[in-house]
Amino acid sequence: MSENKNQHVSYLDHPGKYKGIFAWIFATDHKRIGLLYMYAIASFFVIGAFLGLAMRIELIQPGETIMKPQTYNGIFTVHGIIMIFMVVIPGLSAVFGNFFLPIMIGAKDVAFPKLNRFSWWIFMIGSVMAVASQLLKSGPPDTGWTFYAPYSTTTGTNVIMATSAAFVLGFSSILTGLNFIVTIHQMRAPGMKFFNMPLFPWAIYATAWIQLLATPIVGITLVMLIAERLFGIGFFDPALGGDPLLYQHLFWIYSHPAVYVMILPAMGVISEVIPTFCQRRIYGYKAIALSSLAIAGVGFLVWGHHMYTSGMSEQARWFFSLLTFIVAVPSAIKVFNWLSTMYKGSIDMQPPFLYAVSFIFLFIIGGTTGLILGSVATDVQVHDTSFVVAHFHYIIFGGMGFAFFSAIHYWLPKMYGRMYNIKRATWAWGFLFVGFNLLYFPQFIIGIQGMPRRYYDYLPQFQWAQVISTVGGFIVVSGILMMISNLIAGARKGEIAPANPWHGTTLEWQIPSPPSLENFDEDIIVKENPYDYE
Amino acid sequence: MANNTSHTTEYKVLVRVLLVLMTMTFLTISVTSFNLGALSVTVALLIACFKGYMVLSYFMHLKYESLLLRILVGMVFVLFALLVLITFIDYAYR
Amino acid sequence: MSEKYHVEEHRDDEAKKLGMWLFIFTELLLFGGLFIVYSIFRFEYPKCFREGSLELSVTIGAVNTIALLISSMTVAMALTAVQKGNKKLALQLIAITLLMALLFLVNKYFEWGHKFEMGLYPGSETMKHLDRGHLLYFSLYFFMTGLHALHIIIGMVLLFICLFKVKSGNVHTKNYSFMENGALYWHLVDLIWIFLFPLMYLIS
Repeated sequence: MSENKNQHVSYLDHPGKYKGIFAWIFATDHKRIGLLYMYAIASFFVIGAFLGLAMRIELIQPGETIMKPQTYNGIFTVHGIIMIFMVVIPGLSAVFGNFFLPIMIGAKDVAFPKLNRFSWWIFMIGSVMAVASQLLKSGPPDTGWTFYAPYSTTTGTNVIMATSAAFVLGFSSILTGLNFIVTIHQMRAPGMKFFNMPLFPWAIYATAWIQLLATPIVGITLVMLIAERLFGIGFFDPALGGDPLLYQHLFWIYSHPAVYVMILPAMGVISEVIPTFCQRRIYGYKAIALSSLAIAGVGFLVWGHHMYTSGMSEQARWFFSLLTFIVAVPSAIKVFNWLSTMYKGSIDMQPPFLYAVSFIFLFIIGGTTGLILGSVATDVQVHDTSFVVAHFHYIIFGGMGFAFFSAIHYWLPKMYGRMYNIKRATWAWGFLFVGFNLLYFPQFIIGIQGMPRRYYDYLPQFQWAQVISTVGGFIVVSGILMMISNLIAGARKGEIAPANPWHGTTLEWQIPSPPSLENFDEDIIVKENPYDYE
Repeated sequence: MANNTSHTTEYKVLVRVLLVLMTMTFLTISVTSFNLGALSVTVALLIACFKGYMVLSYFMHLKYESLLLRILVGMVFVLFALLVLITFIDYAYR
Repeated sequence: MSEKYHVEEHRDDEAKKLGMWLFIFTELLLFGGLFIVYSIFRFEYPKCFREGSLELSVTIGAVNTIALLISSMTVAMALTAVQKGNKKLALQLIAITLLMALLFLVNKYFEWGHKFEMGLYPGSETMKHLDRGHLLYFSLYFFMTGLHALHIIIGMVLLFICLFKVKSGNVHTKNYSFMENGALYWHLVDLIWIFLFPLMYLIS
């Protein structure tokens, strides 16, 4: 065994069949594919963030500030399309699922590496199509990322290109989900049963099922939308006998489970980071594992809570409200388990942990405001106001976003074999956390007071909150830029990192940093308890 | 991992399954030629489900596959049924 | 390890089969979305749906159903033949499967052609002036049978590849994943039609 010690070749230096840029574009190594997704998604995130900042500048005062109303409609639409379809849905799965799922279960790659590469290719193609929808003759879509009929079937803008882009991106998501499910079923190391897997693979597993089963439904719905625009098939047009609500049902049958695609891997990351930085086994391993499956399952049945004011029957409204309250329970279970893990733990406040703890804080706010939205009576007041905007940004950005930041600060030393500047990372976190709350909390308040969402203009009484919010937006963007530049500097020329800088117990910390091409050069020791700190 | 040790279905079993499927097809056609109102749809769908079950079990070998796979297939159909049912909670009571 | 057949080092046939089943799940839900739409509109426009279905030929529909059922049997038999090492029979059975598929598509061509001659096609003036329920019925008819026909074509491509792989000896008694999974995909196409036929053609 000792003769292998000097032969460790990092996956980044491994001489493969292709050279230069082709070594990346034609890569089938799950680690390279994970990085490719990360570079693309980080870029899209920055673009989406600047689009958001443009909106915030426009909203700093009532009336026209820097853009016309049609432009504003186009910007909130593309901000949504980019953030939802190109950043948050693929985000954690495609980047960290790809990089770390095989390693954490003791496998040398995913089940279908070439399919994995194909998934990335079509992700890029879909992204190019989304960009094209912004630039083609008929102008950027102005429907919102939700493409509600009948406006989406009649507006003159590039709806067909945008929905086709979403279709292609969805296909990428489906294939990734398929790949991960087979990987987990077939490629676990000998001795690693389902209940010996760490919690991040469990989260990826539950997520993969949602990606697989929910996405086809929005796929066919978008095709129906395109057919409506091209042929007037009548499904969603009341004048032709159709029903606009049917579009909403079909759209949200996917898009609600999609938010669990966003949050489940995020929760998986937190379930990894907390034990490591408290040097304690996770409290309630089985409960967290099974709650992931429960969230995935029940999450399929709550979609109507996006439609309480649309005209659904009373029975539908109370059914969806009941299921919505039920689905909150497994999420709450996770929060209690994380907090219990921290109790009497040996806490080390490194950047990954800072992001994880702020995740819990922001997720609780997002989650509880979700209950206000989930209850029909209160939802009537706040539907389509900036209260909703604040809620979902707390969950998606404060939740999934901060978990992504936690993950990259946690796993970067493993991915690149180098460490970033901890002090700068901590400052960036501070800017992000403070800026985030300034940006979104005021929007809860004016939302209840009646400030509508997706509105270009507003009454003067809401301006105080819009100003604070815009200031917060600038602080957030500064934090993002600070964080990203620190991480890039660390990855390229940071100090060499040891194999296990955080003293974690899961399999990725037992191999060198960066890993070799097939991950495990020596025999893998699978422990019954993946969080064996005692 | 067991490579290609799937069960081999005998030819005559497959022929018998086809005969059952064809019989069921003709049954569906004759049942729906009478006007039994809502009952026609129900019977036609039930027969279709039975035909589907035969195709899944014998042609697609589900009968000889792992319990896991059978449960997963079942889950997908249950999910679809739930989606239809729940959507109808809206439409049936409008 | 037998001399005659080369076993690949990292082969996992269970994984490939599971992968195909998972893909089949996505196809079921893709069509599922359309079945949801169908069920809603049939519920809302029962008379129009019944009248619309009278425009379809039950005979052609039945012939197509039988053709697909036979093709499902022959492709399943082809797999058995491959497993038993009977290359010649396997090739004949795959060929019959493809023939049945072609028959289906030819029938579909005539069915649709007849509708087009009547001025009935998505986006036509006639369609626009139909009764609301009739418009929805025919829109669903074209959409669902069209999407299904597309999947028949995809299935045929897979089966053609199977044919060549069996012929070249690439697929054989100790390595038949491609045949098995290609057949599974074909059965899916049959499965969808089993539900589509009564819902489109047999509304009493």
